[in-house]
Amino acid sequence: MIHIAVQEDDFSVQKEYDRLCEANSQDGAIVFFVGRVRDVSERQEVTAMTLEHYPGMTEKCLHELANEAKTRWSLSRIRIIHRVGRLLPAEQIVFVAVSSPNRGAAFQGAEFLMDYLKTQAPFWKKEESPTGAHWVDAKESDRTKADQWIKNKLK
Amino acid sequence: MSTITVKFFARLKEQTGVAEMTIPAEKIQTLNGLKHYLVSQHPDWEIDLGHPMMAAVNQSMVNNNPDLNAGDEVAFFPPVTGG
Repeated sequence: MIHIAVQEDDFSVQKEYDRLCEANSQDGAIVFFVGRVRDVSERQEVTAMTLEHYPGMTEKCLHELANEAKTRWSLSRIRIIHRVGRLLPAEQIVFVAVSSPNRGAAFQGAEFLMDYLKTQAPFWKKEESPTGAHWVDAKESDRTKADQWIKNKLK
Repeated sequence: MSTITVKFFARLKEQTGVAEMTIPAEKIQTLNGLKHYLVSQHPDWEIDLGHPMMAAVNQSMVNNNPDLNAGDEVAFFPPVTGG
């Protein structure tokens, strides 16, 4: 089961966790990640963050990432929720969760999904600060992290 | 349909001032050809389109120089920063 949502509304970690668990006695492991808006970035204080995305491609891309993760690891259920629009510090941005019979696949699957999402999914962040708004630059470290999964695709 | 749709996002949309436009398909054969055509029509876009950029054709990321056909949707955008 793959559930993908791109939305402005906030999400409930409890509700999403319940969805992963309901009628599911085969999976012994659930791993999830939540990304939140921080009040500082490389440059300065962040007072708000706006997320833009590419409607149509965003959902398609996240589905492809989830399918890719399923080919590499034994993951029964995958839920990805990514918010868009204007968010304030401490707000939730993204939720990535997987269920699996065992924890190895669950931890790796969740990490893979986040690393690939950060370098492949068509979202762009614009941060507001006391001195104005600026687009966030992609990080070399994110690219390097995602590339490691390419090298590791031997199994 | 005899056109190609071109979309810009994020900083690129702000710099070009365009979110979406259509191009006559007969003028374009490949993705690189499309970029050259856009710069020839809008010389002030040359710097903006010269920065590190990602591209998608029909909503799938591409990192080579694919052929383009009438009805295709091409998007240009800065390296993504979601998550």
